[in-house]
Amino acid sequence: MALVQNFPFAAIMLYLAGGVTCCVLKPKASKWVCLVLNMLVTGLMFSVLLFTVHTGESYVYWMGHFPAPWGNEIRIGPLEALMGTAFPLVMTLTLLGGMEHIFEDVEPEKVNLYFTVVSLLMVSMLALVFTNDLFTAYVFVEINTIASCALVMLKYKSGRALVATTRYLIMSLLGSGLFLLGIIILYSITGHLLMQPMSARIQELFASGEYAFPLTVTIGLFSVGMALKSALWPFSAWLPDAHSSATAASSGILSGLVIKSYIVLLIKIFYRVLGSEEILSSGVTDVLFLFGVGAMVFGSFYALKEKDIKRLLAYSSVAQVGYIYAGIGLGTKAGMIAACVQILVHAATKPMLFCTSAGFMSVSGGSRRFEDLRGAGRRDPLSGIAFTVGALSMIGIPLFAGFVTKLWLTRALLSRLGWKLWIGIAALVLSTVLNALYYIPTVSLLFGRRNDHRFDDTKPQKDYSYLIAIVCFIVLNFLLGTCSEPVTGIIETGLSVLS
Amino acid sequence: MKLPRFLAVFLNWVEGEEVFPVPEQASGPFHSERIKKADPKKKPQTPGRKKDHSKLLSALYSALSVIVCLTVILTLLTTVSWLPRFGGDHNPVENEVYTRYVERELEEAGAVNTVAGMILDYRAFDTLGESNVLFIAVCSVIILLRADRKKDGSLNIPELESTPEEKPDDIIFRCAAMILMPVGLVFGIYVVLNGHLSAGGGFSGGAIIGASMILYVRAFGSEKLDKVFTFSTYKWITFAALITYTLLKTWSFYTGANGLESGIPLGKPGAILSAGLILPLNICVGLVVACTMYAFYSLFSKGGFGNGQ
Repeated sequence: MALVQNFPFAAIMLYLAGGVTCCVLKPKASKWVCLVLNMLVTGLMFSVLLFTVHTGESYVYWMGHFPAPWGNEIRIGPLEALMGTAFPLVMTLTLLGGMEHIFEDVEPEKVNLYFTVVSLLMVSMLALVFTNDLFTAYVFVEINTIASCALVMLKYKSGRALVATTRYLIMSLLGSGLFLLGIIILYSITGHLLMQPMSARIQELFASGEYAFPLTVTIGLFSVGMALKSALWPFSAWLPDAHSSATAASSGILSGLVIKSYIVLLIKIFYRVLGSEEILSSGVTDVLFLFGVGAMVFGSFYALKEKDIKRLLAYSSVAQVGYIYAGIGLGTKAGMIAACVQILVHAATKPMLFCTSAGFMSVSGGSRRFEDLRGAGRRDPLSGIAFTVGALSMIGIPLFAGFVTKLWLTRALLSRLGWKLWIGIAALVLSTVLNALYYIPTVSLLFGRRNDHRFDDTKPQKDYSYLIAIVCFIVLNFLLGTCSEPVTGIIETGLSVLS
Repeated sequence: MKLPRFLAVFLNWVEGEEVFPVPEQASGPFHSERIKKADPKKKPQTPGRKKDHSKLLSALYSALSVIVCLTVILTLLTTVSWLPRFGGDHNPVENEVYTRYVERELEEAGAVNTVAGMILDYRAFDTLGESNVLFIAVCSVIILLRADRKKDGSLNIPELESTPEEKPDDIIFRCAAMILMPVGLVFGIYVVLNGHLSAGGGFSGGAIIGASMILYVRAFGSEKLDKVFTFSTYKWITFAALITYTLLKTWSFYTGANGLESGIPLGKPGAILSAGLILPLNICVGLVVACTMYAFYSLFSKGGFGNGQ
């Protein structure tokens, strides 16, 4: 086994050890441990990405001395390696961008716990991406649930954050519970937890028609469970409060990464466990498509009414998650590629927007309301430019990342005649117009002139880590928007070796 | 955002406002709506159409949630009736996975307790994740409940009128605790150390040790325990246990995946020093679980460990 094949396992173990170590360190030291760890893992995973793209195949890595189904194993292909590279990269940049606010918003004695939570969150997200076993997935879903609620709760002396955490925790636990029930049912009718043997047995069951009802229920349980946790539209009521009341870096991490890790898991379950043919014939993709389309429209619609910048961004996340589910719901390969591209695009854009919102707030007396934010882009030009780039990307202007999603989604829709084509195109157009309707006024408000001189003497934060993070995010957006071919190529190979 | 009164009081308490002033004088950002309503100059609200509207909505909401819950319950019950009979012959779960665990566990993992062999050797990655679930849970409780400090450095714990009395003057309880506590501690240690030989292991043994510590504190007060078991003791024990666990398993996963010999002797099955890594792992898990139990108790009862911490 080549040395590079050990890196995914090393990444998980490094984050585990780092998270435990941060718990006993002083805040400054734990910050550096966490940052260095994230950069290191980004590098390691990038080499794994190059390796898997070079071989074009996936490989399994035994976690112990016993082969699966007796032992545990993880599985890494091009798609997993791509997600595994994108997650720590975005995490590094988000932490850098929100670092100053982490030290302001979190109680001074508990800042080191912030980095513990972040490291364990990364463990769980990487494990969810790499897992080849449904029970392993459940264990790390648990870590993910608790860690993401802790991220919201860490905001010091904020009652809003506590109430939002409670709602988030209840909804998220409901999702985990449904997921666990699904695993139990599948285990008792297949006798396996590992994905391949389980999938083989499920194909037999589908062919023979045995256990048809439990299988249908399981598909429903998995879909609803993951939809709850990744805030698909009718189940997204918890998201705006939870994502807007956390500190900036937490909001970015939750919006950009956490909800995506569940979607990656759902894609793996659909492709590797239940089988794409069976998923299509069960009709669950149609339901997901309708909900996704609903999210695209209603998320943007709610965002129109918001007068609070972080809630606006949170509602925009609801709409963007809708694009992912619409892609999955098409049930075609092009739709899947659109969904995966959207996962990356949103992960590269939304954390940047949340970081800039913290920049605006610090030059507006800490307020998130639009009336105070007027002119914030003039007071803090860097954040203003970054917000404009992010907004253009979310609307879907060419050259920016969001355009690639819309391109692939349209391509996927056009290859599929029927009712999905018309509904999908209509929703895409409507959603784009609605996006423009709330992002462009926000940008013009940020660069507007104030009548009063309340914030004239506020200076933007002088913080090199913020500068680096924002510049990297902007570059990442341009790169995704202009040279997306390699990325979609990797996704395409990744999807073909997934099942 | 309109909030119910109890929620508004709670939110203001969290953000450092006074909790129990008369409602008219209540301050804090979340009270503004309430004060407007309590203003005597304003006309009392007449029960108009708007109120009926919201009432109807909430009734509809309750009805819908009941219907959704019943549907889910009914569906799940129907599903259960479709599943294979629990413990029946030729169930799908009786396959090669189960056979190998039962038949070859003793020679492969070396533990007389097959369950210990399964969770700490075959499927050790899952268990590693599971012990980190405990760790992240206790971190979250520390974040939420550990009392912050006032400006003079003392702990900021609100004086409550009805603090549960520690050290109750109850001779029966104290005598019982005096007998039970040492027995419980020793039994817990026994269960941890014999995890690979008999039923039990780190999770159950650690829970017994933690429960004995809680029993001691409830009966005799926490002054003496606080001298040895401070927050930093807790932190370092958990850190040491989890880091050892992670390092041992890193070695075992690395050698396993690369087809190398791990060099860890399995020993003679049935001896106390046998079953490879299972004994040290059980000790680590036991330490983490015992500390977690006691930490939950101290954080929930007094927001921290000891006086200074």
